[in-house]
Amino acid sequence: MAKIRIATTSLAGCFGCHMSFLDLDERLVALADLVEFDRSPITDIEHCTNCDIGLIEGGVCNSENVHTLREFRKNCKILVAVGACAINGGLPAMRNFIPLEECLSEAYLDGIGVENPQIPSDPELPLLLDKVRPIHEVVKIDYFLPGCPPSADVFWAFLTDLLEGREPSLSYELVHYD
Amino acid sequence: MTKTITIDGNAIPFEDGQTIMDAATAAGVYIPHLCHHPEYTPHGSCKLCTVRVNGRVCSACTFPAAEGQDVLNNTKDLNDDRQKITQMLFVEGNHFCPSCEKTGNCQLQAVAYYLNMLDDHFPHFYAHREMDASHHDVLIDHNRCIFCTLCVRASQQKDGKDVFAISGRGINKHLIVNSKSGQLKDTDLEASDQAAHICPTGAILIKRTGYTVPIGERIYDHKQIDEVSLASEAEDHG
Repeated sequence: MAKIRIATTSLAGCFGCHMSFLDLDERLVALADLVEFDRSPITDIEHCTNCDIGLIEGGVCNSENVHTLREFRKNCKILVAVGACAINGGLPAMRNFIPLEECLSEAYLDGIGVENPQIPSDPELPLLLDKVRPIHEVVKIDYFLPGCPPSADVFWAFLTDLLEGREPSLSYELVHYD
Repeated sequence: MTKTITIDGNAIPFEDGQTIMDAATAAGVYIPHLCHHPEYTPHGSCKLCTVRVNGRVCSACTFPAAEGQDVLNNTKDLNDDRQKITQMLFVEGNHFCPSCEKTGNCQLQAVAYYLNMLDDHFPHFYAHREMDASHHDVLIDHNRCIFCTLCVRASQQKDGKDVFAISGRGINKHLIVNSKSGQLKDTDLEASDQAAHICPTGAILIKRTGYTVPIGERIYDHKQIDEVSLASEAEDHG
């Protein structure tokens, strides 16, 4: 049987959800018999193609995030919002209450200890969005795994449900927003 | 002879003057709620306790129990509606659980867990709301206020004060405090007041107590809100 192809990425996230995924520990060995990884920080593949499952950590904070998210949506049959930031913007979205210009000034012009103050404007840098957004506001999302981060048990319950052909469901103990 | 209503097909006794919520809670039947508290006059604003009474949609916390009522409560349709209501509460305010010290003890979060709410569904408002940290012992974070008015009622009905009120309408609705400066420090609120402890979310917090119980060992970390709520409220409804 062909292996299930999984792609993963972190947008405006901290990679904490990816670290939590790695907390599957020895269960990763069992998982590796059933799945293979496409685009992911684990593989360094740059673009995803024809995947079964896409796991998205983090919200959408810049133009590159939007392009990446759309690429995942186009290439993944099932797209999953992983963690608080993907679901509601999370901690990065706490900048939404401060005008973007003020954020940039504080970080790059007026902040304590800033040398050679200038707002980065290299054309290679993705432009920031005015607000950080949850991913379901940009593309259709099929499943949501809440938590900051979701525990390894959440990933395990979700993936084993999917792999064994069941509708994924999370028990009370597995649903946490913190 | 005892008067009864039926809730989800089960006969539930009631006495004249009881609401559907009173009768249900006394009989050990949980109806989700946030703005209701057995010690205070019902407010009927959060709509989580929406039930169907002989086909008609009513708030269980305000609707009087009466003979002949056939009440639907724990049904998929009603719980789906309640989940949507809870999602609307989440997107209207700014509820970032990982950075809120109420997490695990929060009734809004616990109701969302109970309803298996996994996402917020609606677009977020990200409305700009202020904090009031002026009081020595009590903090108001308006980001998390759901306008349940429990602090308003507790201050008036239990503490014998009049510290809180809701001002404005619709999207401009907000919690205000009773002082000329508009700051909490200039009110007569004390940390021991019931109003300072009754908030079902993290909008009113007692300072310097947020992490005395670690995350993972808090009220709703392992117990669902139906169990916790019935254990604490059944007596009050008796």
